[in-house]
Amino acid sequence: MPAEKVFVPPDYQRPTESPPEVAAIPFRQRSAVTEPVWVRTILIVVAVGFVGLFLLLPLVFVFVQAFSMGFGEYFEQLSEPYAQSAIRLTLLVTAIAVPANLVFGIAASWAIAKFEFKGKAFLITLIDLPFSVSPVIAGLVYVLLFGAQGYFGPWLEANDIQIIFAVPGIVLATIFVTFPFVARELIPLMQEQGTGDEEAALSLGASGFKTFLFVTLPNVKWALLYGVLLCNARAMGEFGAVSVLSGRIQGFTNTMPLQIEAASKEFSRTAEVAAFSMASLLALLALVTLILKTFLEWRYADRLSSSAQAH
Amino acid sequence: MARTLTQSRFRKPSVIPGFGLTFGFAVTYLSLIVLIPIAALILKSASVGWDEFWRIATDGRTLAALRTSFGLSLIAALVNMFFGLILAWVLTRYRFPGRRLIDAMVDLPFALPTAVAGIALGSLYAVNGWIGGFFDFRITYTAIGITIALIFVGLPFVVRTVQPVLEDLDKELEEAAATLGAGRWKTIFRVILPPLLPAVLTGFALAYARAVGEYGSVVFVSQGIPYRNEIAPQLIVIKLEESASYGPAAVIATVMLALAFLLLLCINLLQAWGRRRFGSAG
Repeated sequence: MPAEKVFVPPDYQRPTESPPEVAAIPFRQRSAVTEPVWVRTILIVVAVGFVGLFLLLPLVFVFVQAFSMGFGEYFEQLSEPYAQSAIRLTLLVTAIAVPANLVFGIAASWAIAKFEFKGKAFLITLIDLPFSVSPVIAGLVYVLLFGAQGYFGPWLEANDIQIIFAVPGIVLATIFVTFPFVARELIPLMQEQGTGDEEAALSLGASGFKTFLFVTLPNVKWALLYGVLLCNARAMGEFGAVSVLSGRIQGFTNTMPLQIEAASKEFSRTAEVAAFSMASLLALLALVTLILKTFLEWRYADRLSSSAQAH
Repeated sequence: MARTLTQSRFRKPSVIPGFGLTFGFAVTYLSLIVLIPIAALILKSASVGWDEFWRIATDGRTLAALRTSFGLSLIAALVNMFFGLILAWVLTRYRFPGRRLIDAMVDLPFALPTAVAGIALGSLYAVNGWIGGFFDFRITYTAIGITIALIFVGLPFVVRTVQPVLEDLDKELEEAAATLGAGRWKTIFRVILPPLLPAVLTGFALAYARAVGEYGSVVFVSQGIPYRNEIAPQLIVIKLEESASYGPAAVIATVMLALAFLLLLCINLLQAWGRRRFGSAG
C-alpha cells in the first residue's frame, strides 16, 4: 500500500525547535492595548508642551508684567481714576446682565424641559444662536437699532435717551453675547430629570411656584451655579461687542477689557503696567472661575448635565 | 372645549403649570435681545439695494478680509484638531503627574477674557518678547500672530468634544482587535479613530466657527493692514466708524452671518450623523 501523499507547499519550512520570538519576549510582557513607552512619553511631552506654551505661559506672563515694577506701582495703577471707573462699570454691567440671563435661562428651560410642544428643537437652536454670531456683529446690531442713523435713533434723540455710547448699550451687548450660558446648562439636565418629581409635588397639593422653588430648584442648583459662573466670566471679559458701541470714553464708557486696550496703546512703562495690572484682575477672575468649575465638575458631576463637560 | 383642542395641537397637555408664563417670557426676551436686532441687521443690509450689496460684498478689500478671516481660522482649527486629538488622548489614556492640572487648564480660553489673551500673546511674540525674541522674523502684527491668537481661542473645542467619546469607548474592542492579530497602529487607525471621527469634526467646526468671529484677541496682535492681514470683524468696525450710514458694515456683517450659519448647519449635520452612526458625538 503506497504511503499517503501529503501536499507540502513549496515554501513550507519545518519549524525550528524553539521559535526565536519566545526568547525575544521581555520579562514584562507588552500590553496589546497601549503604546510603547517612548510613544507615550512623546505624546505626553507634546500635549504638556502645547498647553504650557499656549495657555500657561500667557497666563504667567500677565502676572509677571503686572508686577514688573513692584507691588506699589501695581496698586498705584489700579487705583487710578480711569482704572477705578472701568472696574465699577464692569461690575455694574455684569450685575445687570447675569441676573437677566439667569431669569431667562430658568424660564426657557422650564418651558422647554417640562413641556412637549412643536418647534422645540428650533427654539433651542435659536437660543444657541448668539454663540455663532461674531461679537462685533452683536455690537453692530444695536448700533443699527439705536445709533444716530439707526432705526430708533431719531426718536431716542428727540426724547434725549442715550443707549449707544452709554451704559444701556454696553449692557445690551453683554446680555447678547452671554445669552445662552445659563439656559444651555439647565435645558439638558432638566430634560434628563423629567417631570416625575414636579407631578408628585403638584399631586400632593403644592402650588406651581412652590414646586419650582422646593423641588425643581434644588435638583438643578449646581448646574445653575455652573452656568452663572461661565456667564459671569464672559460678561466681565467681553471685548468685541462692547467695543463697537461703547465709544471708549475713558472714565465713562470703558469697561475693564476696553481699559486694557486703551492703556496698551500708550507706549510707556507705566501704561504697560496699567494694562497688565488690569489684565491680571481679569486673569484672576478666570483662575477662580476655572477652579470653581473644576470643583463643580469633580464634586457634582452627576448633578450637572452630561453635556456640561463639552462646550 | 375649542380652546383646549387648539392648544393641544401646539403642545401636549400637562398638569404642570406655568407654560404660558415661561414660554411667553422666554420667546419675548429672545425676540427683543436676539431676533429683532438680527432682523434689523438683515433689513439694513437689504435696504442698500441688491447692486450696492453685491458691490460691497465683492469689493477687493472685503474679499481680502474674508479670505484672511476664513483662511487663518482654518489653519488655527487644523492645528487645534491635531493637538486637540493628542491632548484628549493623553488626558484620557495616560496617567502622569500634573494630568488633572492640564485637564483643568484646557478650559482657560473659555474663562480668560480675549483682551487678556490678546495683550499677553502680543507682548510674548513681539520682536523683543519672551518668545518673539527667539525668531528673526516678526510674529506680532503679522498673519502668524493672528493665527496664534486664533489657536488660543479655539483650543478647548476639539479636546472637549473628543474626550467624552474617548472615555466611553469600549476597551474590549481594542482587546478583540489585538487578539485577532491587529498591530497597535492598525487598531488605532481602524478601531479607535473611526468612532471618534464625528466628535473630531464637530470640535474642528466649533473651533473654526469661534475663530472666524474672533475680534478681541486679534486686535492686540494685528493692526489690520487692508489687503494683508485685516480680518473681517476688523473691517466691519472700520466701516462702521468711517461711514455715516451703517450700510457697508451691515452688508459685510450679513455676509459673515450667512457663512457662520452655514457652519452651524454643518455642525448640526455632523452631530446628527455621529449619533446615527456611532451613538454619540460629544
